Formats: sequence, C-alpha cells, structure tokens
Amino acid sequence: MVLLQRQRYLIDYTLSALYRHKGKNLGLLLVYTLIVFLLASVMLFTQSLRQEAARTLQNAPEIIVQRMVAGRHALIPADYLEKMGRLRGVSERHGRLWGYFYDPVVKANYTLMAADHKQLGERDIAIGAGVARARGLEIGDRLSLRSSRGEPTSFRIREILHPDTELLSADLILLPSATFRSFFGIANNLFTDLALTVRNPAETRKIAEKLTLRLPDTRPILREEILRTYDAIFNWRQGIVFVLLSSALMAFVIFAWDKASGLSAEEKREIGILKAIGWDSNDILAMKLWEGAVVSVTAFLLGYLLAYLHVFHASAELFSSVLKGWATLYPQFKPIPAIDGLQIATLFFFTVFPYTVATIIPVWRAAVSDPDTVMR
Amino acid sequence: MTIRLENVTKTFNQGLHNEFSAVKNVSLEIQPDRITCLTGPSGSGKTTLLSMTGCLARPTSGRIYLHDRLISNLPEHFLTEIRRRTFGFVFQRFNLIHDMTVLENVLLPAYPLGLPYRKLVDMGQHQLAALGLADKRHEKSQHLSGGEAQRVAICRALINDPEILIADEPTANLDSKLSLAFLEIIHTLNAAGKTILLTSHDPLIYQSPVIDTVIKLHDGEIDAA
Repeated sequence: MVLLQRQRYLIDYTLSALYRHKGKNLGLLLVYTLIVFLLASVMLFTQSLRQEAARTLQNAPEIIVQRMVAGRHALIPADYLEKMGRLRGVSERHGRLWGYFYDPVVKANYTLMAADHKQLGERDIAIGAGVARARGLEIGDRLSLRSSRGEPTSFRIREILHPDTELLSADLILLPSATFRSFFGIANNLFTDLALTVRNPAETRKIAEKLTLRLPDTRPILREEILRTYDAIFNWRQGIVFVLLSSALMAFVIFAWDKASGLSAEEKREIGILKAIGWDSNDILAMKLWEGAVVSVTAFLLGYLLAYLHVFHASAELFSSVLKGWATLYPQFKPIPAIDGLQIATLFFFTVFPYTVATIIPVWRAAVSDPDTVMR
Repeated sequence: MTIRLENVTKTFNQGLHNEFSAVKNVSLEIQPDRITCLTGPSGSGKTTLLSMTGCLARPTSGRIYLHDRLISNLPEHFLTEIRRRTFGFVFQRFNLIHDMTVLENVLLPAYPLGLPYRKLVDMGQHQLAALGLADKRHEKSQHLSGGEAQRVAICRALINDPEILIADEPTANLDSKLSLAFLEIIHTLNAAGKTILLTSHDPLIYQSPVIDTVIKLHDGEIDAA
C-alpha cells in the first residue's frame, strides 16, 4: 500500500513537473509524435499492401511454368501441357496468354490478358479501374489500340474491374484469347506460360522439381515465390521511405541526445533540492522514468493513432505513390486495416525505449551524487 | 541527538590546479536541544560544514557521528534515510519549487513515506497554520514575499518532524524585522525540543540571546579567538 501510494505521489509530481515545463514538453511531444506518425504510417501501409497482395493472390495458380530461351522468357508451345505428363496432385492445367502494351497517349503500360471465362465478344474488353481513370473511359466507350501489325484496333468496354482488386488490376485489360492472339500475332499453338493448380499446397515444391526434370527448358514459378517477391518489393520501398525520413530521424536523435547529454541548471537544482529534503536516488530515477514514459508513450500512442487514421481513413496520402509503385497508373484502393503485434513492438522498441534510456542516464548521474554537489 | 565532528576536512577539485580546502581539520560537537550558530565571513566554510553535518556532502577526511553512530561513511541510501528522518533543511534562497503551491512544496519531503493523502494534507496544513500561512496554502510559491517563502521553507523542513533543523543563512534575504521574526520561530521550535543548527554572518542573529552557542569560522578553521 505504501509502495503504491509512493508511486502515486511520484506520478503526481511528474505530471506537475511536466505541466511546469509545458512549453518545452509540448514541443518535444510534437516532434516525437511526428516521428512516430511518419514511421508508423510507412509500416502500417506496407503491411496493408502485403496483406492485400496476399489476399489478391489467394486464387492465383500454385505453379506457373515459363519457357526459357537463352535465359529469357519465351512463348511456350501448347503441347508442353501434354509433355509434362501425368503429375499426381495437379488438379488443373491450362495455358495463359498475357503481355504488355505501351500506350503513348497516357505514357503508361497496360497488362493485356486473355480471359475466356469472362465470355467477352470478339471486340469486347474488361479494363482495370486505373486504365479507366487514365483514359476517362466508362462502360460502353471504345478504346483504340495499335496492334502488332500497326493497325488501329477498336475495343468496346464491357466491364470495369472491381476496385477491390485494384492493387493488381489497375492496369489490366482482359480480352478473349482469339482477339489477344490476333492483336499480338501469336500462333494458336503458343501460350505465354502455363498455369497449374495443385490440390495440396504442401506438394507444390515436389511437383515443381518433377517439372524441372521433365521440361528442362522451363522454369516453374511458385505462388509463394511471387508473394515473397511482393514482400521484398514492399520492404525495399519501405526502406526507401525510411531513408527519405532519415533526416527527420536524425534531427530527433540529435534532439534526444542533446536532452540526454546533460541536465539544465534548473533540473539539476531541482534534483538537488529533492535529494536534500529526503528523496532517495531511486525516487528521483522513478520520477524521471515516469516523466520519460509519459512523454514517449503519449507520443507513441498519438503518433500511432494518427498514422492509423492517415493510412486506413485517408489512404496514406503522404506516401502512397512511393509505396504503391512509380507507375503512371497508380492503383487507388482503400487499405484494409491490419495491425501486426510484432510491428508495434518493433516500433515501440525503436522509439520509446532509446528515448527513455537516453534521458535517464544524466538523471542517474545527478541522482547518485551528493545533493550539495548537484545544487552547486 | 548530539552531532560530533572529528578532524573533518572538505577539499574541492582534488588533484586539480584549483584544488582548495573549504573546511580544514575541524572538530566540534553540536549539543542537542540547543541553538548553535556557525558564523564567519564569506568563504569561511560555514555552508560546507553545515552541508557535511546535514549529510548533504561527504567529508574528504575525518569523521562525523550522529549520536555516537558514525555516519560519514554510510552508503547513500542510509544517508537519505537520515536526511529524511533526522534533519530538516532551510536553504539560503529557500529553494521552493516554482509553479507548485505552498502546500505541495511543504508536502514534498513526505512523499517518499507513502502516507495516505488525507493524513499528508492534514500534516501540511497543521504546519502552515502553526506559522500563520494557512490561507496561503493554494498560492504558487513564486508569489510569496521573502518572509512568507522562508516560513514555507521552515514548514517543509518540519513536515517529517525531524529532530534537527538546519538553516543556511536563513536571514540573508530578509530585513531586520523579518530576521527577528525568524529568531522567534526558532526559539519556539527549540523550546518544543528541536535542535537548531544555522549559519549566519548577521550580528542580529549570532549576537541574539536566543542563540546558545556561536562557533566562529575563518578560512575553513575554527577561530579560537
């Protein structure tokens, strides 16, 4: 009970000390909150992008088989579907047709993909929301693109793809496979790659090994590898933003170091007075720990809350273009709230912990000295 | 509670070119239940000697006994306990914490005891009432006059009911009327059983009949004359 009451008095004193130096502490809180806000925004948004990518790829085939010629991706003959033979665990196999098209009008690359399941008419296409925005298209409008033979080909917009999948479909154009072949001049017996659906995901790697043996001029790409690539890309982009933020971080480190490297004459005098009137070194350390904790935890919570609102309610306006990619067709999507405990712990460790330790060192030095020495 | 100092020396900046001894080989005894005044010109070592006696500083050499218990070599934790329970301090500039109320300042030394809040406030108000400051308890300390600030400092020094009150140049910032009022206060406290040890170079204080013992210091040593 005495211990609790004692802590209560120490907290009371801490709060009153914070209030007494409100100008300085508010300034510190503001800078600290801003730093947490920037870091947390990047982390939350990247995490949300990763989850979004994983969610969108959930229905993608487990294995993609690409033919390699001279180390480059080449079209794959349709008979490879037979040549790969019977593979236990593969529930479905089919050829895919996809490619890129550079549109000089908007200086953007589109991804064109054959999608017979959409049951589109010969000159009908379905487009991603990014394409629709870039070209100002609506359902029923026509889009003219120049084919591989140089002839303008006019398509009618049948559908605009759902914005939920915009992270991966912003630049997508879906069309019937016959139209795709004639547009790019691809023979009927060729595909861009082959897609295999595997019943048990645990067998994916084994099946990929068999494919490498049976079709030595191909490379199997696993869905989990694509996911890992997305992770790496988002980590890389997160790193870039962190580098951009490093100047702000440095300023904060210098600020914290300045505070940590010495106490003001007034702070020293106050510690001396408290020691002289009977406060223990531990009481002073506890009081200063509370002070550091109040500032840093408040800044952390405020910064994190603001970052949450920024990312999940304002779609991370400050960083989205860097983190989503540098393409002309930025996907517009609302990040789905996703909080990772480990991420919070990491952010907490790198923002709250160093500050608290840095500020407690000079206090400890003063607190273990004779009151007379501190007050002089 | 007797305080005994044996060959106490305090040297600052030891080993440096500006090394100097503020107190040199001083031996003396502070008698309990008396008012003792250390006097001497500026730089004579009064404050340093007072600080060592009150466990605010350690002697470079020599020994200090509190009621036959050697205290000069005790670890910091025990010295804190002695400061908290045995001594009450009134500093030269009173050292009240600005922007805190009078009552909060008075209660500060009792915080580490962890007493119930109600009891703590009662103790503080009782002290303030005894020195005529009951109506000032919610005022910020920086708004007090010199005499009021000093009385608040005395209340703060007495909150833990110490046996010994130590005051460093308590009247240095006061006029003669307030200095006399201070003498009256310490006289009353002494009558109530407190041992008082103070420093002053003000004749009004050290020549006052209230003071039982005067110890003169000069250049860090006791002036035998």
